[in-house]
Amino acid sequence: MKAAVIIFPGSNCDRDVTVALRQSMRAAGGRTAEPTLVWHKEADFPAVDLIVLPGGFSYGDYLRSGAMAAHSPVMTEVARRAGRGVPVIGICNGFQILTEAGLLPGALMRNAGLRYVCKDVHILVESSQTVFTNKYETGQTLRIPVAHHDGNYFADDDGLARLEDHGQIAFRYCDDDGALSAAANPNGSTHNIAGIFNETKTVLGMMPHPERLADAQLGGTDGRPLFDGLVEALS
Amino acid sequence: MSDITPEIVAEHGLKADEYQRILEILGRAPNLLELGIFSVMWSEHCSYKSSKVWLKTLPTTGDCVIHGPGENAGVVHIGDGLAAIFKMESHNHPSFIEPYQGAATGVGGILRDVFTMGARPVANLNALRFGDPEHPKTRRLLAGVVAGIGGYGNCVGVPTVGGEVNFDPGYNGNILVNAMTVGIAQTDRIFTSQASGAGNPIVYVGSKTGRDGIHGATMASAEFAEGTEEKRPSVQVGDPFTEKLLIEACLELMETDAIVAIQDMGAAGLTSSSFEMASKGGLGVELALDKVPCRETGMTPYEMMLSESQERMLMVLKPSREGLARRVFEKWDLDFAVIGRLTDSGRMVLTLNGETVGDLPIDPLAQASPEYERPWEATTPRAEIEPAEVPPPADVGQALVTLLGAPDLCSRRWIWEQYDHMVMADTVGRPGGDAAVVRIHGSNRALAMTTDCTPRYCLADPERGGAQAVAEAWRNLTAVGARPLAVTDNLNFGNPERPAIMGQFVGCIKGIGAACRALDFPVVSGNVSLYNETNGEGIPPTPTIGAVGLIDDLEATATIAFKTAGEAIVLIGETTGHLGASLYLREIADRRDGAPPPVDLAAEKRAGDLVRGLIARRAVTACHDLSDGGLAVAVAEMALAGNLGAAVEQPNGGPPLHAWLFGEDQARYLVTAPAAGAVLEAARQAGVAAVCIGETGGSGLTLPGADTISLSTLRAAHEGWMPAYMGAREPARKLG
Repeated sequence: MKAAVIIFPGSNCDRDVTVALRQSMRAAGGRTAEPTLVWHKEADFPAVDLIVLPGGFSYGDYLRSGAMAAHSPVMTEVARRAGRGVPVIGICNGFQILTEAGLLPGALMRNAGLRYVCKDVHILVESSQTVFTNKYETGQTLRIPVAHHDGNYFADDDGLARLEDHGQIAFRYCDDDGALSAAANPNGSTHNIAGIFNETKTVLGMMPHPERLADAQLGGTDGRPLFDGLVEALS
Repeated sequence: MSDITPEIVAEHGLKADEYQRILEILGRAPNLLELGIFSVMWSEHCSYKSSKVWLKTLPTTGDCVIHGPGENAGVVHIGDGLAAIFKMESHNHPSFIEPYQGAATGVGGILRDVFTMGARPVANLNALRFGDPEHPKTRRLLAGVVAGIGGYGNCVGVPTVGGEVNFDPGYNGNILVNAMTVGIAQTDRIFTSQASGAGNPIVYVGSKTGRDGIHGATMASAEFAEGTEEKRPSVQVGDPFTEKLLIEACLELMETDAIVAIQDMGAAGLTSSSFEMASKGGLGVELALDKVPCRETGMTPYEMMLSESQERMLMVLKPSREGLARRVFEKWDLDFAVIGRLTDSGRMVLTLNGETVGDLPIDPLAQASPEYERPWEATTPRAEIEPAEVPPPADVGQALVTLLGAPDLCSRRWIWEQYDHMVMADTVGRPGGDAAVVRIHGSNRALAMTTDCTPRYCLADPERGGAQAVAEAWRNLTAVGARPLAVTDNLNFGNPERPAIMGQFVGCIKGIGAACRALDFPVVSGNVSLYNETNGEGIPPTPTIGAVGLIDDLEATATIAFKTAGEAIVLIGETTGHLGASLYLREIADRRDGAPPPVDLAAEKRAGDLVRGLIARRAVTACHDLSDGGLAVAVAEMALAGNLGAAVEQPNGGPPLHAWLFGEDQARYLVTAPAAGAVLEAARQAGVAAVCIGETGGSGLTLPGADTISLSTLRAAHEGWMPAYMGAREPARKLG
């Protein structure tokens, strides 16, 4: 698998996700075990099997989170390739950028509690039938950290109905037994949504950070199968 | 030419005798720009004029030390060709006036001190002190400071992994915000501010200069009085996005050989950075102020030189590398301007559009700043309190619940969940343990770090308090299995011109010095914040100790959480039941008297070395140091962290039960092990007292003389106070 990690000014999880990808690529014995780092000013970049928009605070998120980065030169090319079916994953700020760029529907508003929140949460895998989730079971509960100020997913009723009808909900916040509840929802997201797909399930945006629990030394590995699954599916 | 009146001199915070000295140095009266430069350079904040003579008594050398005090931050060897670079710095005055920006820029400033030296920042910590929870300002200050620290640290992508918080009415008018950054660099790529090479260009990079923060250093060197909030324009505004770009651009340029010297523009901005570089190099400097990137038009030389706009750096480059450096900073969309050059004149010459607007000798200003031996009075020792003099609680279990929910002891989760403590994906030991543990990237080794100070001890006995702060930091590092390396000190006190306050300072320094010597724990960097005083009331003396240790093998560390039911709980160290100045005395007995616990540094060393050895041999399954609230609180914290209960019994003999449970004797740890025998034997061989006090298991905590308390009751008390207080869903309780 060849992967590109896009770096915007203010990205700060680019190294973390690169480490997680590299770990899975090496484990699979691939020959190109090093993701390509792409600076946001580059209008073009080499052909890859996966595009990653990492977390962080692109442009400081002084405007709406992700709004500036969505207009970076590189995003035209990201959109073009996403349209051709190249898998794209946006984590945290990457998710915000994908919604601002129109590659995913809806918006990420300020957390309902109005505060930044960094902690482990549990999320429910809604479908294992995607390139991103093939190493998980449908209905499996994962422990993954969130770290954001603007993760409160919103879509209007029609938009929500479309997401639900087309199976585009990727993950929902749940308690450690997998039950959905308001208490398990760290940011007020509608329908407890933690991550969504586009209609073809080739673009994933998620607020939780799978790259932060992909290493037993850090206290958990529930994030790792996401990367292992991508490498396996795209190699 | 001069129209400097005594009023203008006084407004600049300079005393009459200091002004006389300026006249002697210059041989003439200064102009306003020059006076402004003198005032910031000789402010307490920049010159350490009251503290210098005492700081020199601290031990600053050791096997691990590469750079001690005097550089932007301390630098110590951590093996594999790497160095840890760290420092703690206060942003107290600005944070009281404007908590969000004051705290945010405190984080920004300390980050710059660390990456200026070539290190990638890997962790932030913060030590915070607020007033009485019932004071009308406390809630807003706490909310603002935490949001500001998070807003800055989260955005720059450096995890905030630890710290401490206290509440005390003594901070009602002067909160303390002490921020610490730890970075990692290669030992062969460490950068300093020592300029060299007359003719080399001086380059300004980062944000533009605005009118913010003018005279911040002077403000930080004066007491507060009514109307202090009107100083808000002196507080700088942070831009963490630009800081992030500045970190990446500087570290990218540091990979090349372009930089001769580099210095961040912190307190006193362009003035202090340019003076510092020239002074350390024994050189002069010429600055063309019209070249300084400005945010606003019409800024005067006075404003440019004294601005404390954030996210700015000054560098001396090799002339041939100017183009390379410019390309790096332009890639990151940062300002880059050659604003002057080094000279061999030994003078600072400032020009505006070719006209000289200031001309000052560098050495008398930077190095010959005033130094005072302020008169001091030793703090009168308090009487020791015998354990039996303190009445037992009506209910031991209820006393524990009260302590666990006290503002000074309750869970800080409400705070740390607002900090990204996991970014960079190397946080092995998250907040809530004895020390944070951050992996050295790409290795199986880690740094442990902590901040510690017990202000109520320092108030009661500055010397014991100073020693205790060092000992507790050393213990916290030890309790996670780390080898303590070195400390940074952030000394917060009231007005040093009052002998009683100066006596507190001197006492704390003596205690810190003695402890650092005994524990081989040198002071490699630090910061002094004086004049933390409002309307003549000084803060409790607060010498915060930030400390860093090294873990050689991440497989051999310890956490505080109980792991398995049926394990032995062993108390290591001597327990006399010392209740003077304890939290029990304050929270349960409603008394604030008594001497704090003595600090036996030899016993501290013996116990710590024993525990560190046990962790390295993987002979213990959990470890926690004993501090505030004593044994009972430590057991409860271990049970809550592991979600596993315990039953504890007091051995025969010893102090009264409540003193045994809540006494705050130093040099103690709790450990668990599958069986007590090996731990007790190792302790016996090391000459350290140790006794098995109980066993893990169940879903509650059983203390002697009390009914079992469920973990859910303890958790509710421990986790409940701060969210309830900040959510104001119930009236705040008053401190005892």
